[in-house]
Amino acid sequence: MEKEKHHIVPYKIYFYILIALITFTFMSIGITKVNLHEYSVLGAMIFATLKSILVLTWFMHLKFDQPFLRFMVGFVFLVFLAVIFITFLDYYYR
Amino acid sequence: MQTVTQIPHDVSYLDYKGKYKGIFSWIFSTDHKRISLLYLYSMLTMFTVGVLLGLAMKLELIAPGKTIMDPQTYNAVFTVHGVIMIFMIVIPGLPAVFGNFMLPIMIGAKDVAFPKVNLLSWYFYVLGAILVISSVLFGNGTPDTGWTFYAPYSFKTGTNLLPAIFGAFILGFSSILTGLNFIVTIHRMRAPGMTWMKMPLFPWSLYGTAWIQLLATPVIGITLVLVALERIFGIGVFDPTLGGDPVLYQHLFWIYSHPAVYVMILPAMGAISEIIPTFSQKHIFGYRAIIASTLAIAFVGYFVWGHHMFTSGMSGTAQYTFSILTFLVAIPSAIKVFNWISTMHKASINPEIPFLWAVTFIFVFMIGGLSGLVLGALATDVYVHDTAFVVAHFHFIVFGGVGFSFFGAIHYWFPKMFGRMYDKVWAKVGWAFFTIGFLTLYSPMFYLGMLGMPRRYYDYLPEFHAANILSSLGSWVMTFGLLIVVINLFRSVKIGAIAEINPWNGKTLEWTVPSPPPVENFEEIPVYGEKDGPYEY
Repeated sequence: MEKEKHHIVPYKIYFYILIALITFTFMSIGITKVNLHEYSVLGAMIFATLKSILVLTWFMHLKFDQPFLRFMVGFVFLVFLAVIFITFLDYYYR
Repeated sequence: MQTVTQIPHDVSYLDYKGKYKGIFSWIFSTDHKRISLLYLYSMLTMFTVGVLLGLAMKLELIAPGKTIMDPQTYNAVFTVHGVIMIFMIVIPGLPAVFGNFMLPIMIGAKDVAFPKVNLLSWYFYVLGAILVISSVLFGNGTPDTGWTFYAPYSFKTGTNLLPAIFGAFILGFSSILTGLNFIVTIHRMRAPGMTWMKMPLFPWSLYGTAWIQLLATPVIGITLVLVALERIFGIGVFDPTLGGDPVLYQHLFWIYSHPAVYVMILPAMGAISEIIPTFSQKHIFGYRAIIASTLAIAFVGYFVWGHHMFTSGMSGTAQYTFSILTFLVAIPSAIKVFNWISTMHKASINPEIPFLWAVTFIFVFMIGGLSGLVLGALATDVYVHDTAFVVAHFHFIVFGGVGFSFFGAIHYWFPKMFGRMYDKVWAKVGWAFFTIGFLTLYSPMFYLGMLGMPRRYYDYLPEFHAANILSSLGSWVMTFGLLIVVINLFRSVKIGAIAEINPWNGKTLEWTVPSPPPVENFEEIPVYGEKDGPYEY
């Protein structure tokens, strides 16, 4: 416990992230207007992933946490990615 | 300034009342052991309802045509039976009862990491159960979709489905919070010196289970919300007439519900991994292999959900992938069985009642597991899909697996939990009737399924009659055995002989504390030395 340091993130960083999240939200809505066929899901997922990374890294302080916890969260993301990949083995080849 | 109340160490958790009296000393208690018993009694209540519904189904099937209920009632009965048994008994089962009671003690902690969250989990459980039961008692008829709530029927049926869906949704919160609590407890509260590779196997199984609870349960939560929105607003996610895809529902449902099978079975395997070495008086064979197989089952178990959907119109690529992955998950399960049997090899076995339940578990689990390969193979699955064969398979796995392990675990830890010993002769009589009844009830269903008898029908062709009579008779024998077991245990809580601290000569930490344990388990937190281990006989 003593090894853990406290980090105070400046408000302006939070503000920039908020702006980025709002921008990505509009972009994920905007991508549905472009006809990308089966790739529109991929596009939406990329924006969602970017937003999640920002939230996890800064709002949830993963950036300042132990590497082990970062590894565990990363592993969960990989599992989630694998679940989506396998699901799309049905949709793309049906 | 905050004052700290000193809790006396010589008072057992059963006698210590704290600041509340009577029933309030239970429902407001944050002691992990009291919460465990709250779960135990709540589950027993729901289990009684589930068993009665199961008996009613078997009575209906004792003869072709209408026997005691019409088709709509039969549909409702198997739906409520499934929802109760899956969401309220086998999923929370061992983690909520024995996990709550034993986990902190087995790792040398005074409680779980978040005791209040633990109590909140039980409140969610009760609220979820009340909602499900309300769907039976009120509204336009009992839900009739089956426990899977398959789309598109789940948003077309006129029955009272929404309370059942919200009930299952709330029960999911209970599961998630319990999983979170266990993960943090295991990471942060193990006794000094108890490294990961010195932790007993039951906590290890709870650890693997907790990750599944945490990661998979939200998927079913969102899916059930989508069904509710589909019913109320017609949003068109699953409805093909609005551009939705009903197969997507099946994907989402099974992304949770197949890993949920491992939420049921992993703690069951963990309990068996405690019982076998204790009654073999021998170090468990392949400790690290059992841990690796636990984590492998938890991991690979995420990716096999599609084997429930081979006949749903999935792509061939997805079918092959799911079939291969399904066969893969059989390997770690087999590793565990090999290790249990190897532990018993050349051991001085003490065939007490928990051991009998444990070896019967291995027997029925093997039958369930091997019949699962028939369903995991694409060609044979098409033949037996939606037949009585599937019902037999999952009852051997789910009821055979969880049920036998649960009864083994309760007979194993009963002296510790209640400080009393049960009548061993009646316990063996109950086990014998239960086992014979179980095999008589479910084995004929394999045969009926191979002959082509479909599941979920209140009626059948005359050629299926004889095997159905046998199966129905089995349900009565099994229930008789169950009654003996439950009455014997209830009776022993009050009048059983006083139990010793370590009646089975176990080596894990729960056998070092008094029976029943004091409120905070340990006067001093134990310290594990370099040579200490959970199975050092």
